[in-house]
Amino acid sequence: MRYSAFSVFLNALRGNKGWKPAWRSPVPKNHYDVIIVGGGGHGLATAYYLAKEFGIINVAVLEKGYIGSGNVGRNTTIIRSNYLLQGNNPFYELSMKLWEGLEQDFNFNAMVSQRGVLNLYHSDAQRDAYTRRGNAMRLHGVDADLLDRNTVRQMLPFLDFDNARFPIQGALMQKRGGTVRHDAVAWGYARGADMRGVDIIQNCEVKGIRRENGVVTGVETSQGFIGCGKLALAAAGNSTTVTDMVDMKLPIESHVLQAFVSEGLKPFIDNVVTFGAGHFYVSQSDKGGLVFGGDIDGYNSYAQRGNLATVEHVAEAGVAMIPALSRVRVLRSWGGVMDMSMDGSPIIDRTHIDNLYLNAGWCYGGFKATPASGFCYAHLIAKNEPHETGRAFRLDRFARGRMIDEKGVGAQPNLH
Amino acid sequence: MASLIACPHCGPRPKEEFTIRGDAGITRPTPDAGEDAWYAYVYLRDNPRGRHKEHWHHTSGCRRWLVVERDTMTHAIYAVSDASAPGETA
Repeated sequence: MRYSAFSVFLNALRGNKGWKPAWRSPVPKNHYDVIIVGGGGHGLATAYYLAKEFGIINVAVLEKGYIGSGNVGRNTTIIRSNYLLQGNNPFYELSMKLWEGLEQDFNFNAMVSQRGVLNLYHSDAQRDAYTRRGNAMRLHGVDADLLDRNTVRQMLPFLDFDNARFPIQGALMQKRGGTVRHDAVAWGYARGADMRGVDIIQNCEVKGIRRENGVVTGVETSQGFIGCGKLALAAAGNSTTVTDMVDMKLPIESHVLQAFVSEGLKPFIDNVVTFGAGHFYVSQSDKGGLVFGGDIDGYNSYAQRGNLATVEHVAEAGVAMIPALSRVRVLRSWGGVMDMSMDGSPIIDRTHIDNLYLNAGWCYGGFKATPASGFCYAHLIAKNEPHETGRAFRLDRFARGRMIDEKGVGAQPNLH
Repeated sequence: MASLIACPHCGPRPKEEFTIRGDAGITRPTPDAGEDAWYAYVYLRDNPRGRHKEHWHHTSGCRRWLVVERDTMTHAIYAVSDASAPGETA
């Protein structure tokens, strides 16, 4: 059923009895052309674009939990394309363009809100670095504005402009950045893929990968063996758990990242704002809760929960930026498990096994990349060659010295 | 993550006193070991879902490098020893 104002009206008249589940719960077939491991945002987007753009519909998405239970439902919902480096910028800008047309494209209200993302700067050196990044963005055709202190003060008067250690001098703003309702992204892609014939199989954990003569023939799952022509991994957070099944070691560690939401408040923060002197970012949801987060906890973890020292650190950074936050009560905190790669950038590539594809290493920037990741990965799987904007995310870039180290901290995953 | 790490020199101490380096299973290759060995040393890590041995530094204590064996899923700590102890890599 196509969703529209008319369908809402018609169903209301009929007592809302006409709504159907947004996707089926099929029994897995014996064989698929493509199996995607991982029913998160990236896996579902890949299935959606495979079916819609590349005409491959004999596809299954295997999800060990339920749709929306992983990182696609555990992030801080921010979208932006304010990247400096050549390998990153066109890719994230493709993602931004796809976000801009996404709701019409998959006929689902994802509440895309381009409310603007501001990165605060606190010193002359930081202003210069942000100017450079803003110029790089503009050269790539991305919008960027350098705001001075007074402009920021008019927009966000509640910031601590005269903080003794980190006075705010201004901000780099991307007006097209913003937030998206994260669950709706998963649901919209799942529904769009399902409508085009993709089987979404929940509660189906991959336990092993069967190989014959050097190629993958299928996967052993908690629902039995399922054969496939091509196997596409999109299990970020647990990528190495899956690649261990084919004795493949990745330049990735799994780390936990926490996020928080406060009690509902009246409209207060109109944009997404990031602190430049510590790791803290905040926006206000449509329900009124402040959604915020900080750094990863710093040690390898597969537990979807974090520790209190990081909670304290995030709260300190938040209060240093917005003193009024000290009186806000936090409702919930949660953790998600991230693939932290060795240069802070993702991997979308073929592997040493001909029909095995890899999508991994999203660090904590995976949500904003969802549409472009799905699009580029679908392109790679369908045509066996990378999409032009995803070419830099090669698995062998570490060995070849072509890292995409946006933060410039080197091969130390817990620093990215 | 467990709240306390039992440092072999200082006794049980809060984990905030420690800094993590990561996988203790990697050893520095010889200078002429070749590109593959150096690539593996710099970029590849064990990332098990379960028992894992890591280097932790007791930054705010004895400043010794330790090998901590812990569970990355439950965060239980099984063993802590000095990195220079026999059988450990440093």
